[in-house]
Amino acid sequence: MVDDALISLDGVEKVFDVRRRVGLMRREKRQVRAVDGISFAVARGEMVGYIGPNGAGKSTTIKMLTGILTPSGGRLRVAGIDPARERVRLAQRIGVVFGQRTTLWWDLPLKDSYGLMRRMYRVPRARFEENLERCVDRLDLAELLDVPVRQLSLGQRMRGDIAAALLHDPDVLYLDEPTIGLDVVSKAKVRGFLRQLNEERGTTVLLTTHDLQDIEQLCERVMVIDHGRLMYDGALGGLHSAGSVGESERTLVVDLERELAPISVPGARVVKVEGPRQWLAFPAGSSAAPLVSAVAAQYPLVDLSVREPDIEDVIARMYAGRG
Amino acid sequence: MRQGVRQGVREGVREEVALYAAVAAGGFRRYATYGTATAAGVFTNTVFGFIVAFTYIALWEQRPGLGGYDQAQALTFVWVSQSLLAAGALIGGGFQEELQERVRTGDIAVDLYRPADLQMWWLAADLGRAAFQLLGRGLVPLAAGALVFRLALPSDPSRWLLFLVSVTLGLVVSFALRYLLGLLAFWLLDGSGINLMATVVSIFFSGMLLPLTVFPGAFGEFVRALPWAAMLQVPLDVLLGEHAGAGDAAGALAFQAGWVLVLLGAGRLLQSAATRKVVVQGG
Repeated sequence: MVDDALISLDGVEKVFDVRRRVGLMRREKRQVRAVDGISFAVARGEMVGYIGPNGAGKSTTIKMLTGILTPSGGRLRVAGIDPARERVRLAQRIGVVFGQRTTLWWDLPLKDSYGLMRRMYRVPRARFEENLERCVDRLDLAELLDVPVRQLSLGQRMRGDIAAALLHDPDVLYLDEPTIGLDVVSKAKVRGFLRQLNEERGTTVLLTTHDLQDIEQLCERVMVIDHGRLMYDGALGGLHSAGSVGESERTLVVDLERELAPISVPGARVVKVEGPRQWLAFPAGSSAAPLVSAVAAQYPLVDLSVREPDIEDVIARMYAGRG
Repeated sequence: MRQGVRQGVREGVREEVALYAAVAAGGFRRYATYGTATAAGVFTNTVFGFIVAFTYIALWEQRPGLGGYDQAQALTFVWVSQSLLAAGALIGGGFQEELQERVRTGDIAVDLYRPADLQMWWLAADLGRAAFQLLGRGLVPLAAGALVFRLALPSDPSRWLLFLVSVTLGLVVSFALRYLLGLLAFWLLDGSGINLMATVVSIFFSGMLLPLTVFPGAFGEFVRALPWAAMLQVPLDVLLGEHAGAGDAAGALAFQAGWVLVLLGAGRLLQSAATRKVVVQGG
């Protein structure tokens, strides 16, 4: 194992006992291996994507890395600390953002939560002011500091949460779905900030996401987990070739007036037909606009929507490519 | 060097105190943001106070000196109860629903990786809330009662001071008990049944329905020894001068402090069991 690794896992397992009621009185005990022998190391300053389908074991891994879950087996170290045994000491070294949860105080102005963070993490005032100023500036929070958290939009709240996780200068930042539910502008803001944070301060970032663009724009290295096992660890490009597809694709979903044979428009191919609805795949790098006008000009179009490429698609293709 | 260590420890304690003071201040401000809810609460407490006051008048007309109180004392009992009711969360409305909800949704994970103690955090937040509700929901009903009825409020400032100490201890007892209930959410899927039961128990055993001094014999002794008595009955008796001597007052406060220690201790045990369950089982 690499010595300068900031995060290292060696054969880490997490087994849950699940009790299920069978019949009236009898209960059946079953073991679920949420994480089934995972090993990897993340060096200081790396930005790594940690992806996989729902229930693959991503969140369980993150929870073990924060110390709120003890591994059932294997060895795990973050910044030289055994998380489960020294959770409080570890807390000073890590920042955590759960996209679907908030650490901010719901009813109070955003800045009150930051004051609490300062005391909780014992950040010297000068350093706190400096960090806060940087976060406020780069995450565009100045207007929001006096607004109660419950009045913030999802994107604003997420930016607020990211700032809250960084005020104590953590070495490692864990992000669990940081862009989930955000609009395009907010996503871009969050990604830009994370890239800058990593470049300028060398903060190590471990990111779980369903959004392929998060990974494409942020991470040179990606790890794929499924059924508690590490299926892939390497460059994103390699993942694509493992999936035997060169570039990721977006999907244009069109609703036509009636059932038609697969339509034909340049730059896209029909991948699925279901009654009057058809799915057209086109390269993620190109614009949907010419495609939409081509469809509208030639066919009786009722409605449409564009789906962004999903991690799950890539992984599905990866399996397909293997099989 | 030893001095350096001692200074470090002192600095650490000072920072701890500052953190939980900030949490308490947050709890206070948080409830202060809900002006309409506070106004509605004041209205309810006042109306409820009148209803109970007239009931007590009827009762004490028939049985003067019931429970060792004269009518003015009984009415004082009513109105001070009304002003402590929200602060002590005697009919619910504190933090335990919130704690249960955080456990149910898994948000408790956020609380667990923080470098702060869960019990101290909730205690500080709840005392902040109680301080707001003592002022925001306590003063107006008491003033309304004092305007309409002849109350037996003491003029001796030291008695009021003792009362405040006793109220604070009572609030901590109330917190500690509700913390235990809140933590049960780690094992139960739904806490609402428990909460309802706890409210019914607290309405009776705190003395809110009738002063506990009214109950004779062994049953009376029994209810006066339970922790709920420490939440309302004891502070009220301190205010009414039932524990006037220094020894009596010390005994009353010691009774409350005893329950504080027992219940906070039980809370710590249950908390570590709950944390272990989450840490091992993932909730």
